[in-house]
Amino acid sequence: MSKRIFVTGIGIISGIGNNIEETLQSILDGKTGVGKITHLETFHKDTIPVSEVKYSNEELIELMGLNKKDPFTRATLMGIVAADEAVKSAGIKNINDYRTGVISGTTVGGMDKSEQFYHDFLTAGEHIEYIESHDCGDSTERIADYVGVKDFVSTTSTACSSAANSIMFGARLIKNNRLDRVIAGGTESLTKYHLNGFNTLMILDREQCKPFDENRKGLNLGEGAAFVVLESEDIVRETGKKVFCELTGYGNACEAFHQTASTPEGKGAYLAMKKALDRSGLKPEQIDYINAHGTGTENNDISEGRAIETLFGKTPPPVSSTKSFTGHTTSAAGAIEAVLSVLAIQHNLIYPNMNFNQQMKELSFRPVTELLTNVKVDHVLSNSFGFGGNNSALIFSRY
Amino acid sequence: MEIYIKGTGIISPQKTTDNSVFLDEIVTHDKDVLSCVEPAYKEYINPIQLRRMSRLIKMSICASKICLKEAGIENPGGIITGTGLGLVEDTEKFLNSVLDYKEQFLTPTSFIQSTHNTISGQVAIALQCFNYNNTYSHRGFSFESALLDAMLLINDKDAENVLVGGFDEITEQHHSILKKTKWVKKEKVNHLDLLNYKTPGTVDGEGVSFFALTGKRESGTYAQIKNISTLYKPKDFKEIENHINKFLADNGISKNELDLVILGLNGNSDTDGIYYHLTDAYFNTNYAYFKHLCGEFHTVGAFALWLAAKSIKHQVVPEIAKLNKQNFVNKPIKNVLVYNHFKNINHSFYLLNQ
Repeated sequence: MSKRIFVTGIGIISGIGNNIEETLQSILDGKTGVGKITHLETFHKDTIPVSEVKYSNEELIELMGLNKKDPFTRATLMGIVAADEAVKSAGIKNINDYRTGVISGTTVGGMDKSEQFYHDFLTAGEHIEYIESHDCGDSTERIADYVGVKDFVSTTSTACSSAANSIMFGARLIKNNRLDRVIAGGTESLTKYHLNGFNTLMILDREQCKPFDENRKGLNLGEGAAFVVLESEDIVRETGKKVFCELTGYGNACEAFHQTASTPEGKGAYLAMKKALDRSGLKPEQIDYINAHGTGTENNDISEGRAIETLFGKTPPPVSSTKSFTGHTTSAAGAIEAVLSVLAIQHNLIYPNMNFNQQMKELSFRPVTELLTNVKVDHVLSNSFGFGGNNSALIFSRY
Repeated sequence: MEIYIKGTGIISPQKTTDNSVFLDEIVTHDKDVLSCVEPAYKEYINPIQLRRMSRLIKMSICASKICLKEAGIENPGGIITGTGLGLVEDTEKFLNSVLDYKEQFLTPTSFIQSTHNTISGQVAIALQCFNYNNTYSHRGFSFESALLDAMLLINDKDAENVLVGGFDEITEQHHSILKKTKWVKKEKVNHLDLLNYKTPGTVDGEGVSFFALTGKRESGTYAQIKNISTLYKPKDFKEIENHINKFLADNGISKNELDLVILGLNGNSDTDGIYYHLTDAYFNTNYAYFKHLCGEFHTVGAFALWLAAKSIKHQVVPEIAKLNKQNFVNKPIKNVLVYNHFKNINHSFYLLNQ
């Protein structure tokens, strides 16, 4: 039970890059992925900005050498890119040399194709093979099949905290000696379905989102996928392999307040962060950087900000939201931000919270607004909060 | 692992909400789907809240209450659910409006209620439970993932008790879509006779099942869940046999010590072969089956878990569930194995004992 969990591989694809290198470069250049919609067919094309992965589905199929006749959803394709990069970066030669699982988080799953072909589903038209790629498990299984994992597959679906919960479940399976290695993360594509859903909630900013800003107007949706390779202490000891960092803490708590809103004081957010800190054995002042959930909605940024103040005091460690880069990638967000947290430790970086202008009157602190380089980043707290009150927090530490 | 079932709340196509009876009366369904026998909700949920809830939310809140009441638990240390397709009715409602009204004039209610974690969230709100909360959605491993998570939570001492549930609903529109696939029988089916058709496909069903798990054996405990295991895309029968061998051995039991094996036969001639192989050539004990009572769905394993736990608690297998009626041997029910698979992709195994 005292087993330590190490991050030995990372992979990512989002609006700011198709791999680790491009992602890091975009952040160093202060380049956002949020812009005009180009791939998604929607009525809101010209009015709602999003952060899209630049490749089309056809290009992703080509890139990964897949059979274009298979019913691939966009979530699957992005997930394959990120999981493949994670496995390669972990230097894994034979994926089945240890008990390995794939755990992915997704919520809209194959909805991108279902909404396109729904008429065919009802009339037995030409795209009915996509009926069976609608559910959340489909992308996970295709990702597992691509990387050759057989021992364990599972999918979390807790809306915007899905990927963080995947990473947490993966770590717990390793600690309990059920698996030795887990490729954990999440994938989510943009769909008309949730773009319109968020739009009816009136929480989509028509401009670039401004997390933690007094005049924030909502979030920008994004898409992408990211995975981390978690490995047991035993594997790392036996192989002497490279370790990116250690997963030292994780916490999950429920807001139990409202299906789509959090309490003003951020009870669930506080509990999730507190549990993660307690598990890591770290003191609040040891956290060097908080990668906030920071969506840019009125509600989230107040509750999260207050929860941070409750736990860390009026002058918390540097806080920023990277959603002004990647958009809110919903179910993938926890993994995308986990990978960014790992990179922050690896490269001694603290990311800027772009588009910030005016401090929120409810909060005592401002987010970091400039890229900080060559700073001490030994422990990073990453928050992911979802619809339905599902709050999760992860802590990554230098090894 | 020391994991015990302390309470159950089951809403299914059979009369299962009253925990004092055990399939005493069998409900037959004339339609080609098996829909849940819904309880009188107003006994469990206040009328104002009831009006706002979709059918699946009602069933889930109700089943969770029945379960926790039986277990005598007010606020569980965690709430974990599994679902294959989530809230289908709300999803269809929002999807149809997005498509019909060309992305305009939409209202948020059905969207808000269509995420898979709606149930775990709504149950938490009803209980004011701020503890661990999670939802899994992975085909035939949806409930199994939730159950495994709950077991780890108790084993790690992160929670003393956990409310774990599986839920899936069938709607008319969704059934009409599934009928386009090879997984649903084309012919009219008498579900109680499901195994005698020998044709491809099965019959659609649904269900909501909640279990209260604890780490202590207490009075009123149904059974111990000794362990669970999953197997993904086995290549042949031999691999499944080997998996069962290892699963039993890892848990210190031999196949001859099993008093009952509950099998996920669903009448699909394409995929039932493994079950008959195991009864003919591998196991030698009593068998039960259940999908003729509740139909097929992603989280049907939860119904099987209930059947197993209840058989142990009552020390009886209902006549309707016996597979080998002719040579069923009456003996104490101590060790029970449940084996179910979903489309020959997701194979799951639960080992329970008294």
